Amino acid sequence: MSLVELDSGKIRAEFPALSREIRPGVPLVYLDTTATSQKPLRVLEAMERYYRWHNANVHRGIHTLAEEATAEFEGARTKIAEFIGAQDSREVIFTRNATEAINLVAKTWGSSNLKEGDRIVVSEMEHHSNLVPWQMLSAEQGLEINVLPVTEQGELDLREWERLLNKEPKIVCFTHMSNVLGTLNPVAEMCAQARDAGAVSVVDGAQSAPHLPVDVRAIGADFFAFSGHKMCGPTGGGVLWGRAKLLNEMPPFLGGGDMIKRVQMTGFEPNEIPYKFEAGTPSICEAIGLGAAVEYLESVGMESIWKHEQELISYALEGLGEINGITVYGPEAHKRGGVASFTLEGVHPHDIAQVLDRDGVAVRAGHHCAMPLHTKLNVVATARASFYLYNTQDEVDLLVEGIGRVRDMFR
Amino acid sequence: MDDMYREFILDHYKNPRHHGELDPADISYQDDNPLCGDVIRIDLRVDKDNRIIESAFSGQGCAISQASASMLMEEIQGKSLDEIKEFSREDILQMLGIELGPVRLKCAMLSLKVLKVGAYGVQDWVDDE
Repeated sequence: MSLVELDSGKIRAEFPALSREIRPGVPLVYLDTTATSQKPLRVLEAMERYYRWHNANVHRGIHTLAEEATAEFEGARTKIAEFIGAQDSREVIFTRNATEAINLVAKTWGSSNLKEGDRIVVSEMEHHSNLVPWQMLSAEQGLEINVLPVTEQGELDLREWERLLNKEPKIVCFTHMSNVLGTLNPVAEMCAQARDAGAVSVVDGAQSAPHLPVDVRAIGADFFAFSGHKMCGPTGGGVLWGRAKLLNEMPPFLGGGDMIKRVQMTGFEPNEIPYKFEAGTPSICEAIGLGAAVEYLESVGMESIWKHEQELISYALEGLGEINGITVYGPEAHKRGGVASFTLEGVHPHDIAQVLDRDGVAVRAGHHCAMPLHTKLNVVATARASFYLYNTQDEVDLLVEGIGRVRDMFR
Repeated sequence: MDDMYREFILDHYKNPRHHGELDPADISYQDDNPLCGDVIRIDLRVDKDNRIIESAFSGQGCAISQASASMLMEEIQGKSLDEIKEFSREDILQMLGIELGPVRLKCAMLSLKVLKVGAYGVQDWVDDE
């Protein structure tokens, strides 16, 4: 695929929210995509079109609208499967978000394959969504959680990783890209090593699928989870991708309509994948919205988006690094995505975010659902700026200037 | 929002009054707001009539949480524990003189929560009190 320089004017025009002002004369500088992205017109339009014209429940409907809705819904599944390089669209299970996807794996694969004393490896840079479900499962089944530590440089400790694999864990869980440090982890190597060690791998792709080309087969994970709302799609639409063989062997997740093939008063026979894991009326509109989102991202080009973000983060790390009293966490630019978490000496991150908001600059402040990582970094909270295809170097300049003003105010 | 960082709030943040710990103290209590990492500890010395003769706070957090604690320490000097019972959210907001959204309100109220729970063991503190 050829790399195309992004046309930021054209891209920004696709996102209505980016044209608004926070106060008269103060345009929005949206640097909080890691929490959720803005939505392009064609996603909003696809969702509105469904509710205006095709609104019907999916599957088993004989009438025209039901057939249209089903075609749109299943069409979205196919687009998403192609987007992540899945071999078979039946491997794409619609969930509410990455969190639900990981909980699904813990509740179904976990409860039917793990027993007391089994080991789980979880990295120290996980979002709570790829940590707490495993803690809950551990408490239920008496499992042992082994922590894969983060180094001073903000990368996974790969020597410790090999040592942990030697202890024969049953399952290993790590993020493709840290939502705090931006660190891009060597997931393909790790999944291959895990497989050799006999462990099933769960990769949290919530921060990678939106930003870089993802090929689940090349990564070699057993499960890959992501959220649609961080990649131009609506909230309420996420995906669990899993290997068909594993999914077929797993018990169902929630019980109800759609996930069954046959029901008697005394029992049921589960449906085929992916429906086995999609009980009840799914988030039809959200799936259609996510389908439109991946179509949009592909039209821009994931390689081009990644390159654009690499340029932005390099530029941002340079500018931020020159601010007195700032600490920016995480590895150097070429080892990370477009996320920069930082602290400013003598100023609480909430105050940083609040003051920046006056300049229209939207950043996040807190522990970003990664409390153990912040404990490791020895801070209670950080401020975080994150970039996407629609951000520009001018916006990075506004961020850097804004932080300078915060520092002066608290000096 | 411009109001939030008025000069006197920043002044209380940068130069907190009654900052530190009292040892010994008659009443000591600490609590935090794990969501943002604000921590406040308050130490009090009271006389035989339960009147506050000395108070101190320590901890860390945002300007709003720390400034509100500093102002509160000034406010309670010489007051009786019974009078403190009457302190409300409105008193804190009046003291700060600013309007706050729900997230920052928690920051502003942390010191009052620590004070009241410390003084009375209020178990049923609700954050929007």
